Amino acid sequence: MAYPMYEVDWSVLPPEQNRRFNPAFNIATIKQVVNEAIERVAPVSVRMPTPTRLRDLIRQIRAARTAAEERSVVNKECAYIRSTFREEDSVWRCRNIAKLLYIHMLGYPAHFGQLECLKLIASPRFTDKRVGYLGAMLLLDERQDVHLLITNCLKNDLNSNTQFVVGLALCTLGAIASPEMARDLASEVERLIKSPNAYIKKKAALCAFRIIRRVPDLMEMFLPATRSLLTEKNHGVLITGVTLITEMCENSPDTLNHFKKIVPNLVRILKNLILAGYSPEHDVSGVSDPFLQVKILRLLRILGKNDAEASEAMNDILAQVATNTETSKNVGNTILYETVLSIMDIKSESSLRVLAVNILGRFLLNNDKNIRYVALNTLLRTVHVDTSAVQRHRTTILECLKDPDVSIRRRAMELSFALVNGQNIRSMMKELLAFLERAEPEFKATCSSAMLHHAERHAPTNKWHLDTLFKVFLKAGNYLRDDTVSSTIQIISSSPTERQAYAAMRLWSSLERAAINGDASEKQPLVQVATWTVGEYGDLLVSEASNAISMVDDDGVDDFERPREEYVIDIYQKLLWSTQLSITTKEFLLLSLAKLSTRFTSQPSQEKMRVIIDTFGSHIHVELQQRGVELSQLYRQYAHLRPALLERMPPMEAPAGRARDDAEPEPEPRPEPPPPPPTTTR
Amino acid sequence: MMQFMLLFSRQGKLRLQKWYVAHPDKLKKKITRELITTVLARKPKMCSFLEWKDVKVVYKRYASLYFCCAMEQEDNELLTLELIHRYVELLDKYFGSVCELDIIFNFEKAYFILDELVLGGELQETSKKNVLKAIAAQDLLQEVSSQDNELV
Repeated sequence: MAYPMYEVDWSVLPPEQNRRFNPAFNIATIKQVVNEAIERVAPVSVRMPTPTRLRDLIRQIRAARTAAEERSVVNKECAYIRSTFREEDSVWRCRNIAKLLYIHMLGYPAHFGQLECLKLIASPRFTDKRVGYLGAMLLLDERQDVHLLITNCLKNDLNSNTQFVVGLALCTLGAIASPEMARDLASEVERLIKSPNAYIKKKAALCAFRIIRRVPDLMEMFLPATRSLLTEKNHGVLITGVTLITEMCENSPDTLNHFKKIVPNLVRILKNLILAGYSPEHDVSGVSDPFLQVKILRLLRILGKNDAEASEAMNDILAQVATNTETSKNVGNTILYETVLSIMDIKSESSLRVLAVNILGRFLLNNDKNIRYVALNTLLRTVHVDTSAVQRHRTTILECLKDPDVSIRRRAMELSFALVNGQNIRSMMKELLAFLERAEPEFKATCSSAMLHHAERHAPTNKWHLDTLFKVFLKAGNYLRDDTVSSTIQIISSSPTERQAYAAMRLWSSLERAAINGDASEKQPLVQVATWTVGEYGDLLVSEASNAISMVDDDGVDDFERPREEYVIDIYQKLLWSTQLSITTKEFLLLSLAKLSTRFTSQPSQEKMRVIIDTFGSHIHVELQQRGVELSQLYRQYAHLRPALLERMPPMEAPAGRARDDAEPEPEPRPEPPPPPPTTTR
Repeated sequence: MMQFMLLFSRQGKLRLQKWYVAHPDKLKKKITRELITTVLARKPKMCSFLEWKDVKVVYKRYASLYFCCAMEQEDNELLTLELIHRYVELLDKYFGSVCELDIIFNFEKAYFILDELVLGGELQETSKKNVLKAIAAQDLLQEVSSQDNELV
C-alpha cells in the first residue's frame, strides 16, 4: 500500500520517549484515519490523498532491505512530492519539504524543493517558516541564484515583531551569507545589533561577523554598534561580540589599533569569570564559561601581539589563568592551551614564558592523547621563540614518533625536525631513520627531503653525511623526490677521492643486494645514484687500494668484499634486463656501463660490456636505442675518442642557495660550472 | 570558524549535516564519504583530531554516533570537543537520554537545536538553559500555529 494507514505500533521508540507526542498530534492522526476511511469509501474523490507522514516515510525507508528497494520507496515518494508541488498544495507543503529534507540527507537530489522552501518562508505560519528556513539552509547556498529570492523574505522577517521569526531569518542569513545578501541586508543587521533583546543581539552580532568575512568593505558601519557589546551581562552577547571584534581586528590593522583600548574591559570580564563563584548556568566541570574565556584569550593574543603596552596590561591576568585553572579535565586544559598560545605570542614577561613552556611539558606527559597532540602542536609554534626550552622535551617528542596514531606522529615529526641542530644531529637522525623506515607512504617524501636537508646543514663529518644519505635512500625508496638524486650526486662528486671510493663501495653493496633480492624497482633513486657513482669511480671500486678503506658499519662489522670486474657487469646485466626499472634508471645504468668500459681492464669484462651496449642498438625504446647506437660507435670508428669522452666528471658545484649553514653569510655568486662532457648531456 | 558538522553512525550512515561554507553538492558528498571512511578507520584509542586537507577535523563518538566538526587551523581543538559535548548534552536534555533513533526520526529538531547553539559556524550561546528555553518556546509557537498539520 502506497500510503499506509495509521499504525498503532510505536515499537520503534521505548514508551518513555513517546511523551512528546502531544494531544494535537493525536487529533491529527485521528483526522487522518477518518480522511483515509472516507477516501476508501469514495474512490471517485478527486482530492489528493493525505501525504505520508514524515515518520512513516522514515520507517518505510528504514524497512527497505536492499539499496534498490530503498531507491524505489524514495523515487515513489519524490514523484508524489513533486506532484503536490505542482498542485500548489499549501496545506501539506511543510510536511512534504520535511520529508524531502530527509531524502536529501540520504544523498538523493532535492533541488526541486528549493522554490517550495521560499513559499514556506513567505507563509505567515511559524511551522512553515521554521521548516522553510531549515530547508533553505540545507538546499540553498550562494551557488544557486535562487538564494537571492529569499533576500526579500529575510528583510521582512528581520522586521518581524516575533523574536523567533527574526532569529530564524538571522540564522539563515548567517548560514548562507553570500556577498550579495550581505550587501543587501547589512543595514538591517546593524540595526538589530542595537536591539535591546539579547536573543536578537547575539545572532545579529554573528551575522555581522559573517558579513564582514564575506565582504570586508562593510566593516566600517558595524564599528559603533560593536563597541557597546562588551558592556552587556549576557554571555551570548559577550561571546558573539568578542567573535565579531576578533574578526574586525584580523581584518585591518587600523581596526586593531582602534580596539587596543578595550584590553582593560576584556581583562575585567576574564577576571570576573575566574573570580566569580559557581554559576550553574555557565559552569562546565567547575570552570566558568570556558567558551567565553577561550574567545577572550584569543582576542587578547591578537591585541597584545607586538605591543608592549597592551601586553603589560594582560600579563597579570594571563598568569592568573595559567596558575589557577583546574587541569584534571579537558575543559581546564582547553583554557590553559589557549593561555599558553597567548603568552607565547604577546610580549610577555620571561617568567610567564617559563610557566607556559612548563605547562606544555606537563601536557606532553599527559595520558590523554588529545592533550599530547595539542602539546606537540603548540611546541611547534613556540619552538622558534624559545628553542632551548623545547629541547628539554626532546626525548618525549622522539617517543611520540612511535605513536600508533598518525595525527600524533605527523606533529612529532615536524617538531623533531625543528629541533635538529649541530649538537644532536647524530642521535636525532638515528631516530628519524627508524621513523622513516616505518612511516606511511604519505610521510616518506617529506620526511626524507627534510632529513637530506638537515644532514647537509649539520653533518659533523663528510663520511657521516654520505652514510646518512645512503641510509635515507635505502629506506625512502621510490618516495624520494626527484631532485634528491642530482643533489646527492653533486655531494659525492665534490667529496675527496678516498670518500668517492668509499661511496662507490657502499653504494655497490646496496646495488648488489637490490639486484639479488629483486627489489631494485622499489629503490630506483638509490639505483640511479649507485650506478652513477660506480660508473664514475669504478676503477677505485675494484682496485687493490680500496682494501685500505675501512668499511666498518654501525655495528662494527666490515663484511665488504671487493667485487671482480665480471661480477659487476653481471649485476649490471641483470638490472638492465629487468622489466621493472624505469627508462631513466636504465639510462643511468647504460651510461654507467659505458663509463666502466674505460675503468675496467680485464678482457672478458670488456667483451661483456660491448655485447650489452650493442644489444641496446635495437632497443624498443627510442631514447635507449639512440644511446645504445651512439655508445657502440665508441667501440668502432670512434674508439680512439672513448677514454677522453668518458673521463671522470669534474667536481660539481652546489647550486647557489644551498648554503651549509644559515648562520653563514650568503656566499658570493659562484662561477658557472664547466660544461659537462658530451656523454652526460641529454 | 566551523566549516561543517557531520553526524554519522558507526555503519557510516549520515544522520545530520550542516555546512557553513558553500560547496557544490558533488564535493560535499565526496568530502562526507571520504571523511566518514577515514574517521571510522581510526582506532578508539587514537586522538580526536585529524589534519585533513586544509581543515582540522575534530570528532568524538557518543554511543553509536560520531560527531565530527571541521574547524579552521586557528581554532582551539579542545574547545571544539567541548562544543560537541555541549551539543550532545542539549540533545540529551531535549529528548531525554537521546539515542540515534531520536535523531533519525526527529532530525529537524536536531537541526533546530544546533541552530540555537551555533550560528554561521560560531558559538552563539554558552548557556544550556537559554538554548533549551528558546527551543521550547518555538516548539510551542509551532503547536499554536499548526494544530492540524503535524510533521510526523
